[in-house]
Amino acid sequence: MLRFTVRRLVSGVILLFVISSVAFLLLNLGAGDVGRRILGPAATADTVALKNEQLGVSEPVIGRYFDWLGHALTGDFGTSWFTSQSVEQAIFSRLAVTLSIVIGATVVSGVIATVLGVWAARRRGWADKLVQVIAVLGFAIPGFLIAIFLVNVFALNLHWFKPTGYVQMSASFTGWLSSVTLPIAALSIGAIAAIVQQVRGSVIDAQRQDWVRTLRSRGLSENRIVYKHVLRNAGGPALAVLAVQFIGLVGGAVIVEQIFAIPGLGQISVSATAQGDVPLVMGLVVVVGALVVIVNLLIDLIQGFLNPKVRVS
Amino acid sequence: MTEPLLVVEDLHVDYPVKGWRRKPFKALNGVSLDILPGECVGLVGESGSGKTTLGRAVLGLAPVTGGSIRFKGAEIGTLSRRERRRLSEEIQVVFQDPYSSLNPSLTIEQSLTEPLRVKKVSAADASRRVRTLLDQVGLPSNAAGRLPREFSGGQRQRIAIARALALSPQLIVCDEPVSALDLSTQARVLDLFKDIQEATGVAYLFVSHDLAVVRHLSHRVAVMYHGEIVEYGPGDKVTSDPEHPYTQRLLLAAPVPDPALQEQRRADRRRLLDAQNEMALQSGAL
Amino acid sequence: MTESITNVMPDTATEERAARSHLARRLLRNGAALFAFIVLGLIVLAAILAPLLTPQDPNFANIQSLLSAPSAEHPLGTDGAGRDVLARLLYGTRYSLAAALLGTAIAAILGVVGGLIAGYYGRWFASVSSWVISLIMALPGIVVLLAARAVLGPSLWMAMAVFGVLLAPAFFRLVYTAVVNVRGELFVDAARVSGVGDFSIIGRHILSVVRAPIIIQFAFVMGIAIAIQAGLDFLGLGDTSVPTWGNMLNDAFARMYKNPVLLVWPSVAIALTSVALALFANALRDELERSGRVRVRRRRVRGTAPAPAVVLPADVVVHPETTADSREKLLVVDSLVVGYDQPDGSLKQVVNGVSLTVRQGEVHGLIGESGSGKTQTAWSILRLLPEGGRIVGGSVVFGGTDLASLSDTEMRKVRGRRISYIPQEPMSNLDPSFTIGSQLVEPMRIALGISSADAKKRALELLARVGIPNPERTYAAYPHEVSGGMAQRVLIAGAVSCEPDLVIADEPTTALDVTVQAEILDLLRGLQKELGVSILIVTHNFGVVADLCDRVSVMRDGLIVETGPVRAIFADPQHPYTKSLFDAILEDGAARGHLEHAADRHAPAGGAAS
Repeated sequence: MLRFTVRRLVSGVILLFVISSVAFLLLNLGAGDVGRRILGPAATADTVALKNEQLGVSEPVIGRYFDWLGHALTGDFGTSWFTSQSVEQAIFSRLAVTLSIVIGATVVSGVIATVLGVWAARRRGWADKLVQVIAVLGFAIPGFLIAIFLVNVFALNLHWFKPTGYVQMSASFTGWLSSVTLPIAALSIGAIAAIVQQVRGSVIDAQRQDWVRTLRSRGLSENRIVYKHVLRNAGGPALAVLAVQFIGLVGGAVIVEQIFAIPGLGQISVSATAQGDVPLVMGLVVVVGALVVIVNLLIDLIQGFLNPKVRVS
Repeated sequence: MTEPLLVVEDLHVDYPVKGWRRKPFKALNGVSLDILPGECVGLVGESGSGKTTLGRAVLGLAPVTGGSIRFKGAEIGTLSRRERRRLSEEIQVVFQDPYSSLNPSLTIEQSLTEPLRVKKVSAADASRRVRTLLDQVGLPSNAAGRLPREFSGGQRQRIAIARALALSPQLIVCDEPVSALDLSTQARVLDLFKDIQEATGVAYLFVSHDLAVVRHLSHRVAVMYHGEIVEYGPGDKVTSDPEHPYTQRLLLAAPVPDPALQEQRRADRRRLLDAQNEMALQSGAL
Repeated sequence: MTESITNVMPDTATEERAARSHLARRLLRNGAALFAFIVLGLIVLAAILAPLLTPQDPNFANIQSLLSAPSAEHPLGTDGAGRDVLARLLYGTRYSLAAALLGTAIAAILGVVGGLIAGYYGRWFASVSSWVISLIMALPGIVVLLAARAVLGPSLWMAMAVFGVLLAPAFFRLVYTAVVNVRGELFVDAARVSGVGDFSIIGRHILSVVRAPIIIQFAFVMGIAIAIQAGLDFLGLGDTSVPTWGNMLNDAFARMYKNPVLLVWPSVAIALTSVALALFANALRDELERSGRVRVRRRRVRGTAPAPAVVLPADVVVHPETTADSREKLLVVDSLVVGYDQPDGSLKQVVNGVSLTVRQGEVHGLIGESGSGKTQTAWSILRLLPEGGRIVGGSVVFGGTDLASLSDTEMRKVRGRRISYIPQEPMSNLDPSFTIGSQLVEPMRIALGISSADAKKRALELLARVGIPNPERTYAAYPHEVSGGMAQRVLIAGAVSCEPDLVIADEPTTALDVTVQAEILDLLRGLQKELGVSILIVTHNFGVVADLCDRVSVMRDGLIVETGPVRAIFADPQHPYTKSLFDAILEDGAARGHLEHAADRHAPAGGAAS
């Protein structure tokens, strides 16, 4: 198990390295005249050149890359070209906000999808049809449309929630809860749709296995067979989908944060991209990449726990 | 003196095992065997003995790592895929599973003409040949236009035999061709194999786990155990009075369909196992 | 973003295609699919005919009429910049569809070609490409798109090209898995032996198998492409000079408080297209899966197709008992009829009125060929028929109670405790996720109500009794760590663990090697004598019957044709079917002898004989 973990960790670090290298080279090769972009058309050629020298963008890309890598390894991602704020600060002050929404949506969708999926697989008939319809619609309709719909109905018409804004969890828990309910709901529906299909399919598959008949022949109750044996065997494939969904949710958060005006990673991603703020975009790429690596590692570990065969190989 | 059709000499086949620096799995460990024209050589063994691998090696479907396979005097163990294709007129195959050995979406005619079309036989000639083949394996000629799923296991196996015969090969590798079939079907398909051999003079390498099946059809029988041939000789001798301890165990392990004889065989088997255990103990003590 | 890679492949890809000829017809009869076809058709039509449907220029901003209400000139009104909403919607359809098509096409070409090569040839290309694929999949797509936008600027087509690369894994993994599966099929081997070249094999045998799944995936991915493209424009990161649904949403969202209706048109367009694509893909997948399911079931009950709906008058040959058997009747099955509900509402009978009696301490063989209904009979005694199967008539009286009339809870108390079961395939009948020990302990704790310490002690004793050399190690092992023979011993231990009166063994040695089979038969005989338990053993092997059974019943087409003491039937079979089975037995037949023409010319052809 330890070797398994170490191997996954090493491959995660390599992945992160490759991603950041490619991103750095592409971003810097395409950056163009950075000083002019920052200072605007009114600035003189001299001040633009001075700015470019300050930022170091006139030097060769390779040298700058190793410079950046050296600092990044110590946790220093430089400063934003536009706000002069340090990249780590800009990102970490918002990371918690985004994570609270994404993790919330992962938990909510995981739980609801499992319950619905098992229900559909066991009941079949109309329950199954209903869940299938929900899954198709939830899967097909883009999350941001759902978000816009939720804002219009629950915030603008019913006034149950505020349409925009974010309350820190430390400031007021109920305030926080009320501010993240709609974003989490908007994010979860698509994820539920994808996971529920997988849970349903794996449970139906598992129920058709020969060993289920043998367990029944030993006098075990149907509930015990489903919740102990079938669900554990169906868990692996479902978790794999959950991992993919988590990555998808991080992406979805970018749009949803924009709609609900939530000051998370999504917001600075959009503004940093639109401005071409290379240090900030690089920081975001690394942080999101690391997040993905960590989540995949966690899922792999749980998979290993669930499936003894994975543990061995 | 008849030259052997196929000579396998000191053949080794290793399958790589997944994982870093794992030792490869030795499926065949120095196997030698020969088949004469028109002969049926039975190859018996239990799962994992390497009997199927030997068949696949002759067909060019297994990675040969050592030794040689000579067909009519020419080495065929190390041919490239391209060179191998020319051998399709000489060596053919009938597989065990009649369900996956025919592409479910092709009609019987499409499956049967596949080898012919590769040899650039005209469509009309190929179609005529299909009728002959179907007739030869005892199927009506209107079977040609239908899909595999419309046929039973035994009928599909007849179709697979027809496909193997399409190019009039000199050797057919039969990999457990009757073990998926019911008792009564099995007997009929075995008779078909025999009739075809008598009519065409084709040679068989007949792989099976069932001594009774092999005995029924084979002129000579080879017994495989752990990737090696432990006994090789006339079919009658090997399947009724074997010399190797493993073949003796194998023979007595199969229950006879007669209550009185089976009781006798059970006692024989017990005695044999006790004797072999004692011998093993003694040789271990020495 | 790559969530579309779920279950697109049906279970056994190659078998599904057999029913494809009927697929198009069935799809048209499927309501959802028909709806999807019509909607998609209308949308495509709207895109093509946009210039004919509206005279307005989608980009012409009339500052005189901002956010105007619908009028004859502007049927859907104007937006915040005074542009005609209908024109933007229609032209938007063009751009949105074309962009999504571009992205999906790039993804499909990269993924399908890569998947075919990696799947068919394997080796280094497969390793490298699957590494690249997992790298792409690990990235949140939208972040990459944002980064790409920072490099490449706001271009609709460039964004979609990047997006195509990002979604290539959806196709790659699908094609790769399918190709690896098909490559292992025997018909591909047969084609290679027939001299068919690699390209013909890919085209003829492999591409045809993955074609339908690729179409399904294409529809799913295109739905995602539409959503992502709209999302980018909605964020204001797209090319604002092009009228797209996303740009319309962006503009409408900014004016949500003033004129929320503007949100409706692009939302409806996006949602309708996405839903239609998903419905189409889903319907196609369902139809493919359905044909697969029917097939699987057909194979299970194969050979019983001509089964009549009424019970045939059976000419059962009953052999007289050689000695008066005073043992109590433990199980009396009377006129049992078992059927499966078919999708069209009919019932397919697989057991047509079976009657048989098992006495206390007797080993009763139930022999027949595949499709004779012997396993169905065994399962219905335990009431463990697969989905759709049920006892239609007759009774199963066990120890004085009719099992067919018990409630599920009552039946559960019978299973394991009074009647237990030994399956055919040892490896697939143990739950792979739990240790062997826990699978032995769990039923004992429930059925016998003993403590877990006692149950463990008993489990270890049982493992030793069934001949497992190291009980402690096997107790802690997972099923995949033991051999098939060992697994069957474990299952036998489980079957006798709660001291049942009757064990139903369904072909318990069929999946095993001959030498292992002999050991398992010895074990069953020993346990039967020791515990005095009755055994009903289902088999197709007369050797097994001769070895183990006291009495035997011969089944054909869901009916018993002959029954009686084993020695009587083996000595003097009466029913023509039983006779034909005995005739087919090879065991006592003559060997073929030497190859004659070779033997004529020289000494026995055993030149290489050892």
